[in-house]
Amino acid sequence: MTTATTPDVWIYVEHLRGAVAPHTYELLGKGRELAAALGGRLIAVLPGHGSRPLAGTLGAADAVVLVEDERLASFSAEAHGAVLAALAAGGMPHLLLCGATSAGIDLAAHLAGALGAPMVVNARALAVDGGTVIATSQLCGGKLLCELEVAPGTIVTALAGAFPADAGMSTREPQVETAEAPEALRQIRTAVTRLLEPSAGDVDITRAGVLVAVGRGIQRKENLPLAEELATLLGGAVCASRPVIDQGWLPLSRQVGKSGLAVKPGLYLALGISGASEHVEGMKDAALIVAVNSDPQAPIFEVAHYGVVGDLFEVVPPLIEALKGRRAQAA
Amino acid sequence: MKIAVLLTMVPDLVDELEIDAAGTALETQWLRYVLSESDDHALEQALVLKDRYGADVTALALDHGDVDQTLFTALAKGAQEAVKIGPLPRPDPGRREAAAIFAGVLAAWSPDLILAGVQAINDCDGHLPGLLGGLLTLPSIGVTRSVDIAASGTVTVLKEYPGGLAAEMTVALPAVIGVLSAPQPPRYVPVARIREVTKSRTLASAPTPAVSGPPAPTIRRLFKPEPSGRAKMLTGTPDQAAAELVSILENRGVLR
Repeated sequence: MTTATTPDVWIYVEHLRGAVAPHTYELLGKGRELAAALGGRLIAVLPGHGSRPLAGTLGAADAVVLVEDERLASFSAEAHGAVLAALAAGGMPHLLLCGATSAGIDLAAHLAGALGAPMVVNARALAVDGGTVIATSQLCGGKLLCELEVAPGTIVTALAGAFPADAGMSTREPQVETAEAPEALRQIRTAVTRLLEPSAGDVDITRAGVLVAVGRGIQRKENLPLAEELATLLGGAVCASRPVIDQGWLPLSRQVGKSGLAVKPGLYLALGISGASEHVEGMKDAALIVAVNSDPQAPIFEVAHYGVVGDLFEVVPPLIEALKGRRAQAA
Repeated sequence: MKIAVLLTMVPDLVDELEIDAAGTALETQWLRYVLSESDDHALEQALVLKDRYGADVTALALDHGDVDQTLFTALAKGAQEAVKIGPLPRPDPGRREAAAIFAGVLAAWSPDLILAGVQAINDCDGHLPGLLGGLLTLPSIGVTRSVDIAASGTVTVLKEYPGGLAAEMTVALPAVIGVLSAPQPPRYVPVARIREVTKSRTLASAPTPAVSGPPAPTIRRLFKPEPSGRAKMLTGTPDQAAAELVSILENRGVLR
């Protein structure tokens, strides 16, 4: 079980290929605010190998705790979790914030299980109310929100984009404290053998000016030509959310979202996509977002500039006809 | 190799979700539950390993929702055994309590590989694979799209990162793997086959072990998000909406 807690807020510093993950700065900004309200310090915990230069970018923290070891060079929940567990043995912080990311969710859940610490996931808001931290977490693909009281010593994962990153960026030189790598690293059974770059696809969707994105609402592979025809008329390409890729209807190189690609086209036309945070993370910066979905409560309408509530199979055909008509007039 | 696949039930999002009178939980009277999507992929991943290497696959689920149908479906797809754990201390335990219950059952059974969906849509107080790894003092790796048996006593996994990047990782068994997606879509099994299995097979049962752990976070309220109203909705018939959209795209310079 966890030890007594301090009023401090810890941020797990996620990094990959020599750069701090952008989401870490969002956590630092929010952590700064929470630490002030709780009367504690903001501590950035940085496990790694040759990672000292990264500490200089974490000036929003009161201190950076740097733990260096070659076995910490690449992320594994087992290795990085061992570092945080060893540090927590000296006193668990009031809050440990991790990103709701590939590394963050692994680390946070593993550590919560190992330490017997409470956990709250997918926070999109965090505040202090009368000394109690209140988290608002997203459930059911964004269809529900849950406001809950966060006990001292809780590990929280926060959604990417929930907090502004600017507040977590500082040119101030942080105080860097080094800590010994824990003995537990001797027993690590997980190893990263290599990083695999995404395979080049037939189309580079990150360079497309127009993207027609399809989600679960496309229903079956045989319906994809409808989206392809629309994309051709708009001079763009077809991409998809995770469920379509999982079905093998489009290659991985066409996936937009947290574990796919981030895109910034001039137009993102989302067809039958609910708008789960994992998908929105990859397309929210598009210049113009138009969503067609039969569910008026679909979270995609929260990020779209224009929306049509309707069955995509009723909306897209007249759109195709209108575009063809416009083209015929121009000719 | 003994593989345990953990199956969990989540609210069916096809139905309208209603919140109870206290405003802190879902109204369950008419709520339907379905197998969590990533758990379906975890089952498929286990069956791929069974097909390839002859692994023994056991599906385990808490006695919640229409779990019998889910477990019989797992048998129909190819799992050798299906275990229902119950009765539960409450109808729909949180993820933390579920992890502790699974950990109690698995500790006595000692599988080589534990597969579970990396996360579920109703996760609030944790994610199952990581929690299990910590509770059982086993290595855990989540967000995987491929699991393969490597040298004796190890598996190789592909863990996904943003931007399409993936890390190839090896882990010595026993271990817990959180599956995001299987290497192939979950297999289809005809209803007739499930009915046949329901008549010819039985589900094994395991009692719920006594568990302890931190209390679940106190829920102040559960609510539906207020529409932000950011999207300007195009109304009218599909033809009218299409015409308006073309006009918008012209004005925004998207159409040339």
